[in-house]
Amino acid sequence: MSYIYLRRRLLNAFNLTISVLATIFGLFWLVWLLWTLLSNGLPWLNLQVFTQITPPPGSAGGLSNAIVGSLIMTAIGVALGTPVGILAGTYLSEFGRASRLAPIVRFVNDILLSAPSIIIGVFVYEVMVVRMGHFSAWAGSFALSLIMLPVVVRTTENMLRLVPDSMREAAAALGAPQWKVITMVVYRAARAGMLTGVMLGLARISGETAPLLFTALNNQFASTNLSQPIANLPVVIFQFAMSPYDDWHHLAWAGALLITFTILILNILARILLRTRKTSQ
Amino acid sequence: MSEISSSTDSSYSRQTGDEQAGQDNARQIRIDAGKTVPTTQNEPAEAKISVRNLNFYYGKFQALKDINLDIPEKRVTAFIGPSGCGKSTLLRVFNRIYELYPGQRAEGEVTLDGRNILSKEQHVNQVRAKVGMVFQKPTPFPMSVYDNIAFGVKMYEKLSRYSMDDRVEWALKKAALWDEVKDKLRQTGTELSGGQQQRLCIARGIAVKPEVLLLDEPASALDPISTLKIEELISELKEDYTIAVVTHNMQQAARVSDYTAFLYLGEIVEFGDTSDIFTKPTKKQTEDYITGRYG
Repeated sequence: MSYIYLRRRLLNAFNLTISVLATIFGLFWLVWLLWTLLSNGLPWLNLQVFTQITPPPGSAGGLSNAIVGSLIMTAIGVALGTPVGILAGTYLSEFGRASRLAPIVRFVNDILLSAPSIIIGVFVYEVMVVRMGHFSAWAGSFALSLIMLPVVVRTTENMLRLVPDSMREAAAALGAPQWKVITMVVYRAARAGMLTGVMLGLARISGETAPLLFTALNNQFASTNLSQPIANLPVVIFQFAMSPYDDWHHLAWAGALLITFTILILNILARILLRTRKTSQ
Repeated sequence: MSEISSSTDSSYSRQTGDEQAGQDNARQIRIDAGKTVPTTQNEPAEAKISVRNLNFYYGKFQALKDINLDIPEKRVTAFIGPSGCGKSTLLRVFNRIYELYPGQRAEGEVTLDGRNILSKEQHVNQVRAKVGMVFQKPTPFPMSVYDNIAFGVKMYEKLSRYSMDDRVEWALKKAALWDEVKDKLRQTGTELSGGQQQRLCIARGIAVKPEVLLLDEPASALDPISTLKIEELISELKEDYTIAVVTHNMQQAARVSDYTAFLYLGEIVEFGDTSDIFTKPTKKQTEDYITGRYG
């Protein structure tokens, strides 16, 4: 009896040690990464970064045009991806339950979800950049919306499915047509979760580099013309980090820090939203 | 079996006193539940809902077999039977809520005031306007108490703000909830207690002014005090509404209903005055069930 007890205790201690070590191993790299980012980026993150445009090598400058470009393209990407994603997720959860199309749509969406973003970039290059004859902010936005779309579809479907059928029945039993049941009751019940999906999608696209290399490319100047190439943080970081100039390196670190913390804040917000959803039910 | 036995047994109709006395007596009965049956004054009533040759299928599985029955107007009809006997399924045919799920279908005829509600021409939302439903689990919508009630009303009526206020108050009073929530009309419905939520759902169902109320185990998720309130409510509501209630709880069926139908394996075994069903069932299966031999 006591032998079994001892054995269990030892086994427990062993497993606990292993899993704690594994956790520490994982966290170690993350902390190191954040520390490197902070120590290299923070000294160069000043007001100038936000007010001046990307400089030629050797002169002072900031990232304002890249920040603006990223904001514009991300905003358009979200504006395109969110409604389509929510509608597709609604189809999967509410209308397509018995249809044969729904499992196919879900499967294709999962493939899109795990597609390497560079493929999306090459695809948009082929269908938009080649046909327009030049790189453009539109193409970049479109590529970003394609990356965001499957994330929104997935989370929307999952969140709508969490709404119990009894809620739908209760609304339908009052004589509400299906579209009213969905928009006035089901969406309301899943609101925070759906918003979380959009936030996660936003976090996902705000750091994407590969698709933008093929679509929006870059611009040394401040431009808000959507038909022209536009500067953006990920590509500027890529270009500046690869360059041999120290001042460009500094700006790349500052930009990397900026993106990382934006994503961190978005993720934290998404988590807070998700938690309020859980406690309210 | 298919017709309501119209023999109103006078020996169980001893309660003829005023309303208050009747309620006191009802409370009395609740206390020694199981020993007595409630007194009903089952005067013959018009059939509100008539079911003829109803068969119901979940895919290939037949859940209801050749059901024939008349639900009398402004009476409480209880459906009892063991789990899976089809009593909830039967209730879900009366407002065609089963149609939400592909693969479920009903064959036969169910008439409401003489009109077949199962026919293709009959618009489903018109049926649901007349036949309200309250479910086992309280399902307040994620909106304010006020909007929970206004939601259904807005489907059918364009009311001014004042009339809507009146309607909400009327429904909440009818559901015996007004005094508890009149200061929290703007709070979310989900913040109320379980019993209050269920009465909110009843208020929501009443607010659209239906003629029939279907209650699918309305008190099974509630504590005894809330159950008592719901049962009192049922007794009051039958003044104005035809009520069909599914319950697992036989004492509850005996307490609140005028008529009882016992279902077993998708068939109606026995249907008649509640007092008859519980004191002198004609079928052995019914007797076995109500005496707790199975189910």
